[in-house]
Amino acid sequence: MKIIVCVSHVPDTTTKVNVAADGKSIDPAGVKFILNPYDEFAVEEALRLKEKNGGEVIVASVGSDAVKEAIRQALAMGADKGILIKADKSDSFGVAALLAGVLKDQGADLILLGKQSIDFDGMEIAPMLAELLDLPCATVVVALTIDGNMIVAEKEVEGGKEQIALTMPAIIAAQKGLNDPRYPSLPNIMKAKQKPIEEITLTAPSPRTVVVGMSKPEKKRVGKILKSEGNATAVANELAKLLHEEAKVI
Amino acid sequence: MNILVYFEERNGQVRKPSFEAIEAAKSLGANTINAVLISSNASTALTDAVKKSGVSKIFVVENQGFTEYSLKAAAKAVAEAASSSGAEVVIIPATGRGKDLAPRVAVRLSAGYVPDVTSFAVNASQIHATHPVYAGKANIVVEVTTPVKVFSTRPNLWKAPKDPATADAAVEHISVTLSDSDFSDRTKELILSQGKLDVAEADIIVTGGRGLKGPENWGLIENLALAFGAATGASRAVVDAGWRPHSEQVGQTGKTVSPSLYVAVAVSGAIQHLAGMSSSKTIVAINKDANAPIFTVADYGIVGDAFELLPQLTEAVKKIKGH
Ligand SMILES: Cc1cc2nc3c(=O)[nH]c(=O)nc-3n(C[C@H](O)[C@H](O)[C@H](O)COP(=O)(O)OP(=O)(O)OC[C@H]3O[C@@H](n4cnc5c(N)ncnc54)[C@H](O)[C@@H]3O)c2cc1C
Ligand SMILES: Nc1ncnc2c1ncn2[C@@H]1O[C@H](COP(=O)(O)O)[C@@H](O)[C@H]1O
Repeated sequence: MKIIVCVSHVPDTTTKVNVAADGKSIDPAGVKFILNPYDEFAVEEALRLKEKNGGEVIVASVGSDAVKEAIRQALAMGADKGILIKADKSDSFGVAALLAGVLKDQGADLILLGKQSIDFDGMEIAPMLAELLDLPCATVVVALTIDGNMIVAEKEVEGGKEQIALTMPAIIAAQKGLNDPRYPSLPNIMKAKQKPIEEITLTAPSPRTVVVGMSKPEKKRVGKILKSEGNATAVANELAKLLHEEAKVI
Repeated sequence: MNILVYFEERNGQVRKPSFEAIEAAKSLGANTINAVLISSNASTALTDAVKKSGVSKIFVVENQGFTEYSLKAAAKAVAEAASSSGAEVVIIPATGRGKDLAPRVAVRLSAGYVPDVTSFAVNASQIHATHPVYAGKANIVVEVTTPVKVFSTRPNLWKAPKDPATADAAVEHISVTLSDSDFSDRTKELILSQGKLDVAEADIIVTGGRGLKGPENWGLIENLALAFGAATGASRAVVDAGWRPHSEQVGQTGKTVSPSLYVAVAVSGAIQHLAGMSSSKTIVAINKDANAPIFTVADYGIVGDAFELLPQLTEAVKKIKGH
């Protein structure tokens, strides 16, 4: 089975977001970049499928030289080889189109992604890639079973789960809960340094969206904090009254 | 401006986020708002429900294949409806299904797409769509540069009117050629968690954290939720400890919610938790530690012991709601 995992390189979850001087991007000072956490679930699932069925796991990423770090991380987990698609910064459609261009001739049985990049939280690459490659896809997947060329994926939706049957080749975007990603062992981290990363330089299509501004959400919180101090009944009544009369939410 | 809004059906009912998307469309100053509905059997009950939104026209794509929902086929159908209706803007609610459908439709229409929009502004006839990024730690404002534009709108932010107009819309069936290969994904089953309100849909959420000590105390959270008519949520610490299922987790690795009232009980308010709930309209915190970070985002709060306060608050809420 040939599996391709698309990964992105994103600011760590604990990053303090400050707006850069241009007023429309994040100030990169002091930001630590990591392999997108949801992509770890995708890599892990690919490795498990390979361990079960044999085959090959390829990791692909669009970006600058810096994203090699994310590819190396996936290689250290156990992926076989990497593809770095070098291109100027584009929008999500641009990334999806670049991936589609490279992936279309690879003959993958399965393409795995994370459900979302934790930078722009777009959740758009997987469906866009699927449309460009004319493939079925399921996202926010928490369970996956494969039988012949059929996949049954469980997708988390509001109020429950959907069971989706897909014909392979297919695209799956992983949600937390799909598996428990392994930590790369030291020998595997060393081995990953020898694994090949193919570099392809391409021109991104013209972007269809532009970011014209970035700001931190303004919080105008009321901030009425009561103290219980042994008078639970009184403060509970006071709070309920505030919610009713002032906030008007009950 | 001509706008097409996608109406999502679940178990024969039109879902609320579609009506909210109509309000979002109005905020763009549309002169024409049409609806698209895909179904295996678009009953009058269904089209009548859509009519209540006050749209001009309802485009219906009926196909036996849609007995089981298929994302790939739905994208083709919605894109064709967009073309035949002459839509310049397509709005799809950012529900579980909508977030998959919108990017596919955008690609088919060669349109730029902005996901999970929380507000719109129109500046010199340019649409500015706001989309939260970095787990809500910032917002970006995005402009779409293509002639046709696709947006998905976050549920619960626009308010659909309670007493909708009794407007009459024309229903136009459009035929879309769909072959077996268009149905290469099929939703076989929707398994709803039994009788419980989902955090992602709820208007009021009561969330419990590790400070509740153990699953045996969860009844306190449930009772308060019942009094409010709320869904119950959980912090990651609670989910990791196995007290509650992951589907209830709120935060960066759980669900992002923006109810009108969010009550956090014995939750410290770690940045990853705040990421999932800080856009809630009114936030209430109950914590025994006056320095807990949750108080920095709270509108109202009580510093005190949850075990003493919860039963009292439950009673107080019941009294106000008159039951
Ligand atoms: C990559 C990553 C992703 C994460 N994603 C999420 C996520 O999606 N959601 C999430 O919630 N967390 C997430 N976390 C975890 C997060 O950092 C916190 O560890 C977690 O939110 C803590 O949960 P808690 O507030 O229930 O527990 P604690 O931090 O232990 O807080 C318990 C609180 O209860 C209070 N308390 C104790 N006893 C009482 C009492 N009797 N009465 C009143 N108050 C009391 C305490 O003062 C304390 O503030 C993530 C972490 C990482 C690293
Ligand atoms: N630059 C990129 N290169 C390769 N894959 C990416 C890139 N950006 C995002 N992805 C993949 O697409 C998924 C969803 O990202 P997004 O649509 O940006 O939220 C991620 O989890 C990755 O698997």
